[in-house]
Amino acid sequence: MTDMPLDPPGAVAGGGRSPAPPAHAAPHGDGQVAGLRGLVADWSGDQQTFQVAWGKAMMWIFLLSDTFIFGSFLTGYMTVRTSTTVPWPNPSEVFALNIGGKPVPLLLIAVMTFILISSSGTMAMAVNCAYRRDKVTAAKLMFVTAAFGAMFVSMQAFEWTKLIMDEGVRPWGNPMGAAQFGSVFFMVTGFHGLHVTAGVIYLSVVALRLLAGKYDRGNFQIVEIAGLYWHFVDLVWVFIFALFYLW
Amino acid sequence: MEHVATPASAPQQHAQQHPIGLYFKIWGLLFVLSTLSYLVDYFHFQGGLRWTLILLFMMLKAGLIVAVFMHMAWERMALVCAILIPPGALMVLVGLMASEANYTNLTRLLFFR
Repeated sequence: MTDMPLDPPGAVAGGGRSPAPPAHAAPHGDGQVAGLRGLVADWSGDQQTFQVAWGKAMMWIFLLSDTFIFGSFLTGYMTVRTSTTVPWPNPSEVFALNIGGKPVPLLLIAVMTFILISSSGTMAMAVNCAYRRDKVTAAKLMFVTAAFGAMFVSMQAFEWTKLIMDEGVRPWGNPMGAAQFGSVFFMVTGFHGLHVTAGVIYLSVVALRLLAGKYDRGNFQIVEIAGLYWHFVDLVWVFIFALFYLW
Repeated sequence: MEHVATPASAPQQHAQQHPIGLYFKIWGLLFVLSTLSYLVDYFHFQGGLRWTLILLFMMLKAGLIVAVFMHMAWERMALVCAILIPPGALMVLVGLMASEANYTNLTRLLFFR
């Protein structure tokens, strides 16, 4: 798809601004019908379904497909965890850190969660700045977001190292209980970490191009689209945190 | 909620411009909810209470991220439905696999122990 020319209100084919247009011929722009009638009008023929830029629509559809990937992973995890007769290792104990000789449950995971939420916050700020055409601040905030992401991946690398070297967890077994624990853990957190890593690269590239003036002719919507991806990565972590670490 | 959704220059591409304070509030809420879900584990809540709290905090966090940070609350209903309804199929899969997993567990307990 290419950039579609924007139809000014009143120039819609076969319609225009008559006093009471039928729902399927309602003009776009300011005269848009909202709610259920808007749903029907938007899905009717002879027009563009999604009233957003194509890049944003495509990012949403990509995220939808990614939802199914992570959804299938988590469903698979539920299946093996429910069906095994061997006790599942207690994540609260496996992922505890010793602080002053006392184990604090899930400490590292909690810190990682807060880091990812913070990065989502700075990303939202970046989008806000971009739409106010403050591209330098937007780029700075995107670099901060990417730095948070890099921090998250580093802590994950630490966690993996600890689990593999100290606890002896392998994809095919571990000393603490059900063998499926390792394979599920490495697959789910690994795939999520891969997404974070890709996001760090993606955000850095977009921020650099923003500073270089590559998007000066547009409305900087690319920042919002990159932000959608980043918030999705945070969203997936919310589910992993709840279902893998807290179950 | 006050927001400016349509700049005059591009009537079809809703620029998502909202007051920055809104993002700070959501950010704070996400911190609070994460702390609460961490505390569920810290205080060793068990059983139904644990599950209710974990799932409640999870859904609240997910909802806030999607609605505000990803701007779903201000999108057209056509886009909202196209993105949010299909994952419902996953719930069917979860239901099927939960029943299958329980059955597998039962047969393992009966015959392979």
